Amino acid sequence: MHPAFSVIFFTTASGAGYGLLTVAGVLAVLGLLPQNVWFALACSFTALALITAGLLSSTFHLGHPERAWRAFSQWRTSWLSREGVLALITYIPALGFAVAWAFPQTHVPLAALGALVAVFSMLTVFTTAMIYRSLKPIHAWHNKWVVPCYIVLSLMTGSVILLALSAGLGVTVKFLAAACGVLLAAGLTVKWLYWSFIDETAGPATPASATGLAATGPDVQVRSVEWPHTEANYVMKEMGFAIARKHAGRLRNIAIWLGFLVPAVLIETTILLPQLFSGLLAVPAAMVMAAGVVVERWLFFAEAKHAVTLYYGAQKA
Amino acid sequence: MTSLPAKTEKKLGLVIDLDTCVGCQACVTNCKQWNTGGHMAPLTDLNAYAAEADGVWFNRVHTYEVTGSTACGASPARNSSSRTMHFPRSCLHCEKPDCVTVCPTGASYKRESDGIVLVNEDKCIGCKLCSWACPYGAREFDVFEGVMKKCTLCVDRIYNENLAEEDRVPACVLTCPTSARHFGDLGDPNSNVSKLVAARGGVDLMPEMGYAPTNKYLPPRARKDTAPAAMPAPELAPAPGGFLGWVDKLLSR
Amino acid sequence: MALVAPRENDGVNTSPTVADEVKTTTCYMCACRCGIKVHLRDGQVRYIQGNRDHPVNKGVLCGKGSAGIMQHYSPARLRKPLKRVGERGASEFAEIEWDEALEIATTWLGDIRKTDPKKLAFFTGRDQSQSLTGWWANQFGTPNYAAHGGFCSVNMATAGIYTIGGSFWEFGEPDWAHTKYFMMFGVAEDHDSNPIKIGLGKLKARGAKFVSVNPAQTGYSAIADEWLGVRPGTDGLFVLALVHELLKAGKVDLDYLVKYTNAPWLVVQAPGSADDGLIARDDQGNPLCWDKTTNAAASALRADVTPALRGAFDVNGKKAVPAFELMAARYLDDAYAPEAVAARCGISAATIKRIAAELAHAAFQETIELPIAWTDWAGRKHDKMVGRPVAMHAMRGISAHSNGFHTCRAIHLLQMLLGTIDVPGGFRYKPPFPRPTPPGPKPAGKAGAKPNTPLGGIPLGFVTGPEDLLLDEAGRAIRIDKAYTWEHPIASHGLMHMVIANAVKGDPYPIDTLFLYMANMAWNSSMNTRATIDMLTAKDESGAYKIPHIIYSDAYFSETVAYADLILPDTTYLERWDCISLMDRPISDAEAASDAIRQPVLQPDRDVRSFQAVLLDLGARLKLPGLVNDDGTPKYPGGYTDYIVNHERAPGIGPLAGWRGPDGAQQGRGNPNPKQLQAYIDNGCFWRGEIPHEAHYFKMANATYLNWAHGMGFLPKPEQIVLQIYCEPLQKFRNAARGAGPVQPPEKDRARIDAYFDPLPIWYAPFDEAAVDTTEYPLHALTQRPMHHYHSWGSQNAWLRQITAQNRLFMHRDTAAARNINDDDWVWITSRAGRVKAQVKLVDGVNRDTVWTWNAIGKRKGAWALAPNAPEATRAFLLNHVISEHLPDGRSNSDPITGQAAWFDVRVKVERAADHEQNDASHDFGELHPPPGITPGPDVLQYGKSFREAAE
Ligand SMILES: Nc1nc2c(c(=O)[nH]1)N[C@H]1C(S)=C(S)[C@@H](COP(=O)(O)OP(=O)(O)OC[C@H]3O[C@@H](n4cnc5c(=O)[nH]c(N)nc54)[C@H](O)[C@@H]3O)O[C@H]1N2
Ligand SMILES: Nc1nc2c(c(=O)[nH]1)N[C@H]1C(S)=C(S)[C@@H](COP(=O)(O)OP(=O)(O)OC[C@H]3O[C@@H](n4cnc5c(=O)[nH]c(N)nc54)[C@H](O)[C@@H]3O)O[C@H]1N2
Ligand code: SF4
Ligand code: SF4
Ligand code: SF4
Ligand code: SF4
Ligand code: SF4
Ligand SMILES: [Mo]
Repeated sequence: MHPAFSVIFFTTASGAGYGLLTVAGVLAVLGLLPQNVWFALACSFTALALITAGLLSSTFHLGHPERAWRAFSQWRTSWLSREGVLALITYIPALGFAVAWAFPQTHVPLAALGALVAVFSMLTVFTTAMIYRSLKPIHAWHNKWVVPCYIVLSLMTGSVILLALSAGLGVTVKFLAAACGVLLAAGLTVKWLYWSFIDETAGPATPASATGLAATGPDVQVRSVEWPHTEANYVMKEMGFAIARKHAGRLRNIAIWLGFLVPAVLIETTILLPQLFSGLLAVPAAMVMAAGVVVERWLFFAEAKHAVTLYYGAQKA
Repeated sequence: MTSLPAKTEKKLGLVIDLDTCVGCQACVTNCKQWNTGGHMAPLTDLNAYAAEADGVWFNRVHTYEVTGSTACGASPARNSSSRTMHFPRSCLHCEKPDCVTVCPTGASYKRESDGIVLVNEDKCIGCKLCSWACPYGAREFDVFEGVMKKCTLCVDRIYNENLAEEDRVPACVLTCPTSARHFGDLGDPNSNVSKLVAARGGVDLMPEMGYAPTNKYLPPRARKDTAPAAMPAPELAPAPGGFLGWVDKLLSR
Repeated sequence: MALVAPRENDGVNTSPTVADEVKTTTCYMCACRCGIKVHLRDGQVRYIQGNRDHPVNKGVLCGKGSAGIMQHYSPARLRKPLKRVGERGASEFAEIEWDEALEIATTWLGDIRKTDPKKLAFFTGRDQSQSLTGWWANQFGTPNYAAHGGFCSVNMATAGIYTIGGSFWEFGEPDWAHTKYFMMFGVAEDHDSNPIKIGLGKLKARGAKFVSVNPAQTGYSAIADEWLGVRPGTDGLFVLALVHELLKAGKVDLDYLVKYTNAPWLVVQAPGSADDGLIARDDQGNPLCWDKTTNAAASALRADVTPALRGAFDVNGKKAVPAFELMAARYLDDAYAPEAVAARCGISAATIKRIAAELAHAAFQETIELPIAWTDWAGRKHDKMVGRPVAMHAMRGISAHSNGFHTCRAIHLLQMLLGTIDVPGGFRYKPPFPRPTPPGPKPAGKAGAKPNTPLGGIPLGFVTGPEDLLLDEAGRAIRIDKAYTWEHPIASHGLMHMVIANAVKGDPYPIDTLFLYMANMAWNSSMNTRATIDMLTAKDESGAYKIPHIIYSDAYFSETVAYADLILPDTTYLERWDCISLMDRPISDAEAASDAIRQPVLQPDRDVRSFQAVLLDLGARLKLPGLVNDDGTPKYPGGYTDYIVNHERAPGIGPLAGWRGPDGAQQGRGNPNPKQLQAYIDNGCFWRGEIPHEAHYFKMANATYLNWAHGMGFLPKPEQIVLQIYCEPLQKFRNAARGAGPVQPPEKDRARIDAYFDPLPIWYAPFDEAAVDTTEYPLHALTQRPMHHYHSWGSQNAWLRQITAQNRLFMHRDTAAARNINDDDWVWITSRAGRVKAQVKLVDGVNRDTVWTWNAIGKRKGAWALAPNAPEATRAFLLNHVISEHLPDGRSNSDPITGQAAWFDVRVKVERAADHEQNDASHDFGELHPPPGITPGPDVLQYGKSFREAAE
C-alpha cells in the first residue's frame, strides 16, 4: 500500500494524542495524576493538538475535504465513519477532563471524566485500527495483531510523551517511567508478533483464485504477461506499492531501535538518575520514539500487500 | 446508504468467457468512450500525450500465461504446456462488497432493485477507502476530480429509453466482437446468463474474500484431440509401378 | 425484453439523452471498414457505435474503432497546407493557402507530364481509394504507381488469385457457421478484424476445433484449441508434410479435384523443349485431359469426360502426364515425410501425423450436407450441397517471408486436396471473387511513359508470361520499383519498399517527384528506417536533393511529414466523403457483394481538404484526360461526390454498385443515379447485394453464381473457374530461364527463375536466413499487430496509447535463461543490418527460436504531437531498424516471384545490455519539431465532461 504521509501522520499523531489522554485518564482514576495547572494544560494541549492535527491532515488529504462532514453519517457499517464520530465525541470528555484537571476549583469530577476520556480515546483508537483490520484484501492488516498494535502503540507513545512533558516541566508522575518501560516492551512484543505473522503467512487469495482458475487443475500457475496499460495506474500507484525485502528489514531494525529500544533504555535510565537529569533523557526519548514510530507506521503501509497485486504479477499477497 | 440490502430484486451482472476472449481491448475502449460522457463523466486522463499517462478506466484487460490447468492441454504431444489467457476485469457488482460498507459517507452503495454498485459522486469525499476494500481493483479514483469512480454496469444504457431496445446493454457487451461478454440477471436461474454459467461451470473470482461477486467468469475449456492419431490405410493398395492405385477410380467431371 | 428502470430513488438518470443526431458512416481506424453510427451531441461526438445492420461488423466495434473520438480530436492533426522552408527533416514549414499549394503541385507535376511522366512516382500506402488513385496515375501517364500491397501481403493475393482465383487476406472467409475444423496460419489480427473475431466467437460457441499455427501464442492463438508454435518460415514444409500424409493415406477428394481443379490436365513432359511443363492444349487452346472412356485426349473443360489422374500419355507425339501425378509423385517423396521436416518446423512428427488425421477425419468423416439445390456450370442439377467442413485462413505470417508465395500455394493445395474450397464448412470466396485464373488485366505501361499521354490502363495487373513483363527494349525496368522485371516478375502490387532506394540510386532511373499518400515511409513502413531517412535527405554533388520533390498527404503529424516539401493536409475520417468500392478492396462477405461510403458527420475546424477531392482538383488543373471535359473544364466540378456518383469506368459501371440507374433500381450495372449517395445514406451508408441462395457455395462452378457475377460486371464471361494445383504461368517463366521464347532473363537471373518458378509448391529457406550465419544470428525476430493499434496511428490517440505506450521484446524463458537475460532486462537486438535496444518480457508461449514484439509502437521523438518524454520515444522501439530492404547480394529482400517484402525473414542475436544501459531504449534519432499550428496535446483531458453537464 502506498505510504501516504497524511495517514502516517494521522494515525501516529492522533494515536499518541489519544494514548496520552488515556494514560492521563487512568492516572486520574488511580489518583496518581499530579495536580499542576501547567502540566495539565501542557498535556491536554499536546494531546488535543496531536489529535486535531492528525484529523486535519487526514481531512485535507481527502479529495473533497469540504464534504468531510458527510463522513459521520455511516457509523452503522463504516469503521471510518465510526472513527469520525468517536473522534468528534471524544473532544467532549477530553475538554471536560482538561478543565477538571487544570482547574480543580471548577469541581468537575476528574476521575469520572478520566475514565470517560480513557474509554472514548481507546474506542477511537480501536476504530482506527478496525479500519485497517476490516480490510480483507490486505492480509497485513486483516489480522488479529493490528488492533493490539494500534492500542499498545497508542498507549506507549502517549505515555512516553506524558513522561517527557512531566520531566520537562519537572513534575513527577509516580510509576510512569516504569509504565513506559512496560508499554515499550509490550509495543515491541506486539509489533514483533505482528511482523512474524505477516512474514509467515499470506492472504488466502492466489493468482489462480483471482482469475477463477483455481479449480481447473491441481497445480494451476498464473503468470502475468501484460498489464492492461503499460504505464502505472491509480490502482497500482495506490495499492501496488512494493518495498524490497532488504529495505524492509533495514527499516524494521530502525523502527525497533528508534521506536522501542533506545527510548526504553533512555527512560529506564531516568529511574536511576536524579530528577534534574530525567528531563534531559525523557524528552529525547520521546523524540527518538516518534521517529521510530513514524518508520513503523510507514512500514505498516509499505509492507502491506493488496490482493489486487495478484492481478499484476504478484504470486501472493 | 452503505448498509447492504439484505436481498436485491435482480442481480444484474456480466458473464465473461475466458475461453473466447482474444484480448482485443474493444470492451475497454468502448467502455471508456461511453462512460467518459456518461453517468460518471468524465473519465479524466492525466498526461494524456506525455510520459506517465494515467487515466480512469472502468474495464481493463490483462494477459496471463497459465500452466497446470485442464485448459492448457496437458498432452505431451503439445508444443507448450502453457496457455495464454486474456482476462478482462471490471467491477463484479458483488453481493457482499466491503467497498460499500466501508464508505463513511454513503456515497458508495448497492442498489436494492438491481444490485448495481454505484458511487454517488456528490457525496464522495475521496477518502479512497472503498478502493482499498475492493480486492478486484475495480475502483478508479479520479485524481483530478477528487472522487471515486467505477463501472456503473452502464446504468445509463441498460434502461435508457432513448436507445433502441437491443442497444440497452452495457457498452462493453454491445461491442465485444467475439461475444465473450454476456449481460443479464444472474439472480434468475432461467436467464440466459444463469444457464450459461450452469452449462460452463462459471466461477467466482477470489471466492475466499467472501464478497460473493455477481459477475461470473467462464474458465477456458479443456483442449482435446478430435481424431485418432493414426490415419487408416488407403482404400486400395499402391498400384503396380509404385503409384497410388486408388487414384484409378473412374471419376467424371 | 428490455429492462424497465426500477424505482431506486437514488437520483440516477437512467435515461439521459444520448444524442441530438445519429449519423451513419464507415470507420477508418483500420482497413476493415466497419459500419458505424456516430452519436452527435452539441456538435461533438458523444459515442461511436457499431452499425448492427452492417455486413462487415454486424454491430460490434473493435478496440480502435471504439476509440475513434480520440483519433478525430487528435492534437497531431495537420491544420493547413505546408511548404518546406528549412532543410528536409528539420520540420521547418510555412503555412500556405490551398491555392498556392495546388499551384506548386501543378507546376511540378505539369513539368513532369510534359516531359517524362514516369518521373512522377505516386505511391499511396494504406489507401482505401485505390481505384481512384490508380486510375489517376493512368490518366497522368506514369507507370510508377502502387499502394502498400507490395510490402503487405501480395504473396497471399498473388498466390491466391493464380491458384484459386481468390485469396485469403480479406477476400475470402471461412464458413464460420459450418466449419468443424479451422486452421489459421500466421494471423495476429488481419484486415478482417471484426469478421474474424465474430467468426471465432461463433466457432467457440459451437465447439468446433480451432488450430492456430503461429510462432507466438497470443490473441487468436490464445483461444485456439491447439497452438502449433511453428518455426518462422517453415509452414511450407509443415503443410507439404500434411499433403504427404494425406496422399499416402488416400485421403484426398479425387472427385473434387477432377471436377473443380486442373489436377487432370495433362502436362507436357519434354525436357529441353519450349513447351516442357506447359499444359497440353488443343487447337482452340483448351487444356487437355486423358479421357478414360474414349482412351483419348480430350478438352479438360468438357463436362462429359472421365479424366485420368495418373499415367503417361502420348499427346501429339509428346509425353504428357496429369498434373495430379506430378503433384502426388513430388509430395509422396520421403523428403516431405513428417519425420523429415519435424525438426526444422519445430512441430513433432507425431503432431503432424495427428493433424493430418484430424483433417482427414473432419473432411471425410464429418461431411455436412446443406439442402440447397443448385446447378453447375454444365447445367447439371444437384439436389444438395455436400461440404467437407475444414476451413483455413492465412495471412502475413505466411506472406511476409521470401518463400511466402509458395507457402501460400501449398496451403491452397492442401485445401484443394481436401475439397474444401467454396464448399459448406470450407473456405468461401467473397464476390467479386472468384476471378478467372490466371487473372486479368495485364499491367499497363509496356510501351513506357509518353509525354502528355495516359498510360492506357491501370499500372498494376497480372502477368501470365515473360512477354507481359514491363521491360524496355534494352531489358531495363520500366517501373521505378522494378515490378514486373526478372527480379520479381509477378509483382502484382508493385514494390513500395524499393521506391525510395531505387530513386535515390537512379536505378533504373532518377525521378523528379515522389508523391506519397498516407504511407509513413520515414518510419514504420520502411525497412531500415535510418537508411531511408538518409535517402530522403540525400543530395547530389550540386547540393540538390536526389529526390527533387516530395509531396505528401497525411492527416496527422507523422514522421514522414518532416521529410516532405509540400504537405497536403487531409481531413479525418469523420469529416469526409469516401467510397469503399468493389473496384478497390471490397467489403463483401461470402453471401453478398457490398460496398459503402463515408459521409462527413462533422465539418473540419481546420483548413484541410479530403485527399480525393484534392487529387481530382489537381487532375483538373493538370488537364488530365478523364478529369476534364473537352473544353478543359473540370469533369467533376462537384468534387469527390460528383466523381463517386458520375464516374463510369466502363459503361454502367462506376465506383458504387448500389442504387444505379436513373431511378436507383439497378445494382452492379446501370447509369449514374444523381440520388445515389442519398440512397446509401438512407441505408446506413452501405449497399449489400445478396448472392442468390443457390449460389452460396461452389461459386467457381455454380451456374447461378457465374451468371449473377457476370451480370454484376465481376466476370467477363459466365464460365467455370478451374482451380490450379499446377500453375502454368510459372512454368513459362521457368522455360524462358531455360532458354525458351523471345523474352529471356539476363544471365544473373536465370538460375534464380529456374529454381523458384516451380509450377508446384516448393519450400526453400527464407533468403535472409540463408544469407547469414545462423549460429551468429540464431533467432527469428517478428512483429505482430496489436489489436488495439493500427500501425503508427494509435500513439496519437490518448486512449489507445495508454494501453500500449511501450513494446516489449517477447522471448521464451529458456532462450533468455541461456543468455543470462532476466525478465524486464534491457537487451540489444542485433541483425546484420543494425541494432536496437528493447526491454524483454519472458514468456512460455513462443517458439524457442523466435523473439517478437508489437509492431509500430516505437515513435520518433517529437512526432505525433507527443511530449518528447513519451515512452513511445524513450522506451519503445521499432524492429524496422534491424530489417534491411536489401539482401547481402544486393537484391531486394523480397519474395523472388512477387516482390513481397520479407519482413519476417530477419535473423537476430539478443544480448543483455550493459549494466549502465539498463534504463531505456536510447535511440539516437533526433527530435522532430512540430510544424506550425501543432501544439502538444493537453495534460489533463476531460473529454465528455460537457455531456454530463448538459445532462444535469
Ligand atoms: N516491422 C514491420 N514493419 C511493417 C510491417 C510489419 O509487419 N513489421 N507491416 C508492413 C505493412 S503490411 C504495412 S501495410 C505497412 C503500413 O505502413 P503505413 O502504410 O506507413 O502505415 P501507417 O502507420 O498506417 O501510416 C500511414 C500514414 O497514414 C496517415 N493517415 C492516417 N489517416 C489518414 C487519413 O485519413 N488521410 C491521410 N492522408 N493520411 C492518414 C498516418 O498518419 C500515417 O502517417 O507497414 C509495414 N511495416
Ligand atoms: N489492429 C490492427 N489491425 C490491422 C493492422 C494493424 O496495424 N493493427 N494492420 C493491417 C494490415 S496493413 C495488415 S497487412 C494486416 C496483417 O494482419 P496479420 O496477418 O494478422 O499480420 P501480423 O500482425 O503481421 O501477423 C502475422 C502473424 O504471423 C505470425 N508469423 C510470423 N511468421 C510466421 C511464420 O513463419 N509462420 C506462421 N505460421 N506464423 C508466422 C506472427 O507471429 C503473427 O502472429 O492487418 C491489418 N489489420
Ligand atoms: S471485447 Fe471481448 S474479446 Fe475483446 S477483450 Fe473484451 S471481452 Fe475480450
Ligand atoms: S468488485 Fe470491488 S468495487 Fe465492485 S462491488 Fe465488488 S468489491 Fe465493490
Ligand atoms: S472514496 Fe468516496 S465512495 Fe469511496 S469510501 Fe470514500 S467517500 Fe466512499
Ligand atoms: S458495464 Fe459499462 S461501465 Fe461496466 S465495464 Fe462494461 S461498459 Fe464499462
Ligand atoms: S475493425 Fe475496428 S478499426 Fe477497423 S474499421 Fe472495424 S471498428 Fe474500425
Ligand atoms: Mo499491410
